[in-house]
Amino acid sequence: MYTTKDGEEIFIIDGHVHLWDASPENIKNIHGKQFIDCFYGYHASLSPPEQLWTPEKFAKYGAEQMVQDLFIDGPDDMAIFQPTYLKDFYKTGFNTLEQNAVLKTRYPDRFILNGAFDPRDGEGGLEALEAMAEIHKIKGVKLYTAEWKGDSRGYKLSDPAAYKYFERCEKLGIKNVHVHKGPTIIPLDRDAFDVADIDHCATDFPNLNFIVEHCGLPRLDDFCWIAVQESNVYGGLAVVLPFIHSRPGYFAKVMSELLFWLGEDRILFGSDYGIWTPRWLVERFMSFELPDELVKETGKQLTLEAKKKILGENAARIYGVDIAAQKARLGRMAPVAA
Amino acid sequence: MSMLEARTAEVRAALDQVTDPELDESVVELGFVTGIDIAEDGAVSVGFRLPTYWCAANFSYLMAADMRDAVAALPWVKRADVRLDEHMFIDEINNGVAAGKDFADAFPQEAGENLAGIRLHFGLKSFERRQEALLRHLLAAGHDPQAFLDLTVEGLERLALDGEGPGLRARYLARRPLAGGEDLAFVTSAGERIMHETLSVYLRHIRRVGLNAEFNGALCRGLLAARYGDEPSTLPEDPGLADFIRQGVASSDQTARP
Repeated sequence: MYTTKDGEEIFIIDGHVHLWDASPENIKNIHGKQFIDCFYGYHASLSPPEQLWTPEKFAKYGAEQMVQDLFIDGPDDMAIFQPTYLKDFYKTGFNTLEQNAVLKTRYPDRFILNGAFDPRDGEGGLEALEAMAEIHKIKGVKLYTAEWKGDSRGYKLSDPAAYKYFERCEKLGIKNVHVHKGPTIIPLDRDAFDVADIDHCATDFPNLNFIVEHCGLPRLDDFCWIAVQESNVYGGLAVVLPFIHSRPGYFAKVMSELLFWLGEDRILFGSDYGIWTPRWLVERFMSFELPDELVKETGKQLTLEAKKKILGENAARIYGVDIAAQKARLGRMAPVAA
Repeated sequence: MSMLEARTAEVRAALDQVTDPELDESVVELGFVTGIDIAEDGAVSVGFRLPTYWCAANFSYLMAADMRDAVAALPWVKRADVRLDEHMFIDEINNGVAAGKDFADAFPQEAGENLAGIRLHFGLKSFERRQEALLRHLLAAGHDPQAFLDLTVEGLERLALDGEGPGLRARYLARRPLAGGEDLAFVTSAGERIMHETLSVYLRHIRRVGLNAEFNGALCRGLLAARYGDEPSTLPEDPGLADFIRQGVASSDQTARP
């Protein structure tokens, strides 16, 4: 919960969090080491200095630290787990649904668990998706279209194999498809960043929501163009938001574009925890104002109403969270203990 | 200046013309070049590094090949060798570039398109960025859009400009042939005429290309600093040379960019 100067309480759903294990014991090979080093580079280069962690803490911060950073020190009311398996790099995986489920069991009202699939896994993958839906009641999935698999160097959401999975998602009530389109893990072809495939699947699956994480940066131009035509396409602010500290002028321009093309109903807050912690991000965002000249050019304001939508109401809508009921439920609970 | 110093300066100037395709900035300015080694027999070895282990292989390959070609074009250079450090595809890139292979031959399994296609794609993005900078300059300087949108390339070359204008024009015209189309100075990336009635909408459209590049530029610089910033072991063997390169960068920074 974030409380404004006027005492208004704003419900925060953090749309993008991870609990990973990149400790030396879990690292399988050089790729695993380089992967966490690269994540740390994001953390180190875009965080305010007082928010910097040591590489050791960053590699494995643990569940209790996470609860502390999100819900006790931080303003999050709920957080959505986005898994990243990377079993080729990490012995037990980097950040799996199964690991996340442990925290969900301890704090059922705080976390939303998302699953994952890879259309290249065929029938077996569809069965695994069914199992995730049955055991964990997932409402969303996180996809990495640029991920390598055997000889394959990525896939497109418009591939027939992906459509089989989307059909199954519809059947299983998995409504939200988060797609990583942005700085990629192993981007070999520029197609890995390409957002054009979203255009096809968003048209063909109007009952699903497609949340493009990192707003398709560095393909913001293509992304905005697609998003304006497809009403079920959303932009996730993970990685975009930290620019509010290091390059506020740049952040203002990107926000203006997103407000102009997508509108305030289709933008979702995400901290990308543990790369960044939500407290400073939300505080900066709440006190952020667009410069007059941009407002004049686009006609779009970042109002308090817009901020409330971006920080929680939009995610609540697509994940079926009743904010008033959830507030009451969380209010009755004792504060979470670290 | 000794011959070695003079030759080092020539190599540095040649490398300064090589750009990161996505950022449209010089590889020297970005801090990618870590060292220049010149042997007495005219063999040149250039070391370079990238912000992450994962940086796209096709871009890495393109930069390495461009650096090799830029250095090899100097008349006294007998052999040019470019060595990338700490990258997922270090061997494929270093060996492929050394053997003069095309990207598709060095990465037969992975390459979805050849380097020429990538070069054109990002060349056109850089065309749009440079064009936006020039158009905004012309508007700010009070030029009439109806008149300058009718100019031919030759007409634009003759147009009297002041301040940053001539530099912006030269940068833009260097990319103008990529867009083709009519013999007009200003066309879209598809070679089509830009109408003065819709110029403001068009400018808003191409501004997003610049927003992408700025995102990448900020990330790449930040990641490079985080990766190498405080690790003396990764500094080039000859710190004097690296300092020389950086000083050269700092002093040219103001003139090289819009």
